[in-house]
Amino acid sequence: MSAVLEVTDIKKSFGGIHAVNGVSFDVREGEILGLIGPNGCGKSTLFNCILGQLTPSGGEVKLDGKLVTGLRPSELNKLGVSRTFQLLQVFPKLSVRENLILAGQEHQGNMASRLVGRSDAGLTDAANQMIGFFKLDHLADEPAGGLSYGQQKLLDAAMAFMGGPRLVLLDEPAGGVNPSMLADLKERLVAINREKNATFVVIEHNMEFVMSLCSRVMVMAEGKVLAMGRPDEVRKNPAVIEAYLGH
Amino acid sequence: MSGFAKPLKIALGLAVVAALIVVPMNFNRYGLFILSQWAVMSIAAMGLNLTLGYAGQVSLAQGAFVGIGAYAAAIMTTHGWPLPAAILVAIALSFAVGWVLGYPALRVQHHYLAFVTLAFSTLAFLVFRNESWLTGGIYGISNIPRPHIFGIATNKPLPFYYVCLGSLAIVSLAVWWLIRSPWGRAFMALRENPLRAQSLGVDTRHYTLMAFAIGSALGGVAGALYAPLTQYIDPVPFNLSLSLDLLMMVIVGGAGFYFGPFLGAMIAVLLPEWLRFTEGYYLMLYAIAVMLLLIWSPTGILGILDRYLAERRTKAASALRAVAKSRLETAQ
Repeated sequence: MSAVLEVTDIKKSFGGIHAVNGVSFDVREGEILGLIGPNGCGKSTLFNCILGQLTPSGGEVKLDGKLVTGLRPSELNKLGVSRTFQLLQVFPKLSVRENLILAGQEHQGNMASRLVGRSDAGLTDAANQMIGFFKLDHLADEPAGGLSYGQQKLLDAAMAFMGGPRLVLLDEPAGGVNPSMLADLKERLVAINREKNATFVVIEHNMEFVMSLCSRVMVMAEGKVLAMGRPDEVRKNPAVIEAYLGH
Repeated sequence: MSGFAKPLKIALGLAVVAALIVVPMNFNRYGLFILSQWAVMSIAAMGLNLTLGYAGQVSLAQGAFVGIGAYAAAIMTTHGWPLPAAILVAIALSFAVGWVLGYPALRVQHHYLAFVTLAFSTLAFLVFRNESWLTGGIYGISNIPRPHIFGIATNKPLPFYYVCLGSLAIVSLAVWWLIRSPWGRAFMALRENPLRAQSLGVDTRHYTLMAFAIGSALGGVAGALYAPLTQYIDPVPFNLSLSLDLLMMVIVGGAGFYFGPFLGAMIAVLLPEWLRFTEGYYLMLYAIAVMLLLIWSPTGILGILDRYLAERRTKAASALRAVAKSRLETAQ
C-alpha cells in the first residue's frame, strides 16, 4: 500500500516550548490511523501543521509524494484533505442542509460559475444523502446552532466528507458524544472508509473507540512519537503504559 | 421572512413596488427629494449590509465610498460625460479602493478593523476637502446635471426619483442574486466561522476582499446618484457621520437581513422628517427611539420579526410532535 501522507521531522515551537519536536510518520492509503497521547502532547498542533493552519518551524509534509508544506488550509482542502475540529465548528445560523452545501460548494466549478450558476451549486441531492447517511433527516432545515452537542458533532463530521476527500483528519470525534450516537458515528466512519476508500487519521482519548476502529495507532508524548503499531501491540508497550494508558 | 406563504409574499412585494411607483406622483418637490434620498441611501446601506451584515466585516468607511462615487459622477458629468458612464467609473473606482481596504481585514477584525476603516474615512474626507484642483475643495462642485435616460430629461424631481428607484430595483435584484448564490453562502461562512470555512476549501482571502469590494462598489453607485440628486456637492455630507448613519441604518433595520437596509434607510431618512413637528426635540426623540430599539432587539427591527416567526415555527413543530406522541401512546 502506498503512502497518502508522509510527514517528515515536523517541528513547531511557540517561544521556548517545543509543542511538536520532530515527528515523522506516514499514513497508508485506505487505513485508519489512530493518534493518542496525553493532553498537551502536541496532537492537535501536529494536525494544524499538517493542515496549513499553523506554519511548522521545520520539516515537511507530502501528499501523494508532492510537497504541500505551507499551503493554505483552503488549498489543501481542494487537494482532498479534510478535517473535523476538537471543539464544535459549524455555521450556527445556517441550516443543517446549508452547512453541508457550503462544505461542498468550493469543490464545484470555479469562482465565476459559483457566482452566476445554481444557488445550491448542484449539491442539494448530495447534501440530502449525507443528511440521511448521518440520520439527521428531521433536522435538515433547522439552524445548526440549535442542534444538540452530539448532533453538531455528527454534522461536523458529515461536513468533512462533502467534498469527497481522500484523507480526513478527525480531532476527537467522540468527545462529548453519547454512547449510542458514538456507535452510529463509528459505523458511518467505517462505511465511508470501506466504500469510498477514504483514509483517516483520528485523534481520540476514548480507547475503546480507537482500539476498535483503527488499524494502526501512533502514540505521542511531549511532542515526539513514542510508539507506532497495531492496537494490541501499542496497548502492551511498557513506555505507552507508563506515559499514557496507566497501569 | 420564511414564515409567510409564498403567494402572500409576492403579493406584498408587488403592492409595495406599485405604491413606490404610483403614490409619489402626487408628492411635492420636497417629498420627492426625501424619497429619492431614501432610495439612494438604501443602495449604500445594502452595500454595507453585504460587507458587515453578511460577511461580518466591520466597516466605518461606507460614507467615504458614497463620497468617491459622488465626486466621480460630479466631475465627469460636469465635464460632459453621460451619467451611466460616470456610474460605471464610480463602481470601478470604489470597487478597486474597497478591494485594497479589504487587505487590513485579512489581518485584523472587529473593533481594530473598525479603526482602520475609520482612518480611511477621515483620509477620504481630507482628500475631498484639500485637493481643490480636483474636487473644488470646500466650495464643492455645483450645477451637476441630471441625465437624459432614453432621450427623456430627468431634470424634474419625479423623473429623477424614477431614476433612483430604477437603480434601487437593479441593485436589489443583483444583491438578492448574490446572497443566494454560493458566494453569499461563503460570505456568511466568513461571518459565522472563518476557521471552519478555510478547512472546507473556502478561499477566505478572496471572499473577504470581494465582500469589501462589492459592498464599497454599491456605496459608489449610491454616491453617483446622490450627486445629480442634490446637484451640488461639497465634502461635508461625506464625513464620518455619514458612515455612522449608514452603519446605524444597517443595524437598526437588521444586519444580515435582506430587507434590513430598506427599513433602516427609511427610518434614518423619513423619521426625522415625521418628527419635525417636535421642532428642537426631534433628534433627541430619534436617539431615544434608537436606544430603546437596540436594547429591546439588538438584531434590529427584522430581528424582532425573525424571532417571532421562529417562535411560531417551534410552537407548531412541538404541537406536531405532541400529536404524534399521543397517537403512538394510544396505539400501544
